[in-house]
Amino acid sequence: MKFAVQVNASPYHSNAGHAAYRFISAALAAGHEIFRVFFYHDGIYHAFKYASPPDDELQFSSQWSDLAKCYQVDLVVCISAAQRRGLLCSDESKRQGKLDDDLADGFRISGLGQLVEATLVSDRFVVFG
Amino acid sequence: MKRFLFVLRKPVHSGVYVQEILDIVLTTAAFDQSVSILLLDDGVFHLKNNQNPDCVGMKDTASIFKALEIYDVNDVYVEMESLQERGLTCGDLCLPVDSVYRKNIAELMKRFDVLVPG
Repeated sequence: MKFAVQVNASPYHSNAGHAAYRFISAALAAGHEIFRVFFYHDGIYHAFKYASPPDDELQFSSQWSDLAKCYQVDLVVCISAAQRRGLLCSDESKRQGKLDDDLADGFRISGLGQLVEATLVSDRFVVFG
Repeated sequence: MKRFLFVLRKPVHSGVYVQEILDIVLTTAAFDQSVSILLLDDGVFHLKNNQNPDCVGMKDTASIFKALEIYDVNDVYVEMESLQERGLTCGDLCLPVDSVYRKNIAELMKRFDVLVPG
């Protein structure tokens, strides 16, 4: 089955983001396809490259980066939600005359059309948070 | 084309949440999909008449709902019990809505392909 997933909660606000990660890992292991994961609302906080939790805690952004690397999962961060919260990729920050490069590996920034497209081509749309 | 139902349950001015949900609603409508909205629980306050959000420096989100018609979002459902529990009637709302009893909500949801919680 083909899934589209939306993540709305930040890593430390609730367990929803981690539940999404576990769901996606289990779905992939069972042979399903994850067409896209779309990070929206406070979910965009999963994509901050320089989040530096203590070593003995979950490393959210690097977990996602590893998932993208191993399974070529398309991790998309909503551009308007990201800019509102100060997450700028290098292209965008250059355009704004800034120096940030906040986006973790494996994520890309795009618009809401990517979310709608994902819901249209997938069999199931699952929202976390 | 798929049929989308956006289910809004949070009160007005819950941070930027409603504006961001309405952005998805408008984007989905721009993709020529069938878009409907269901207001449940405190979500019914979104359409309440006589809001003065500018007094507290907030954005007037009710006006965005009024603009939905331009995007062919014509079906706005409101749960009757949610209104009643908050002392409201359809006459207190700034848009014409279809009121649905709680016992019929599950049946309503079955008519859609994609449910988007908000």
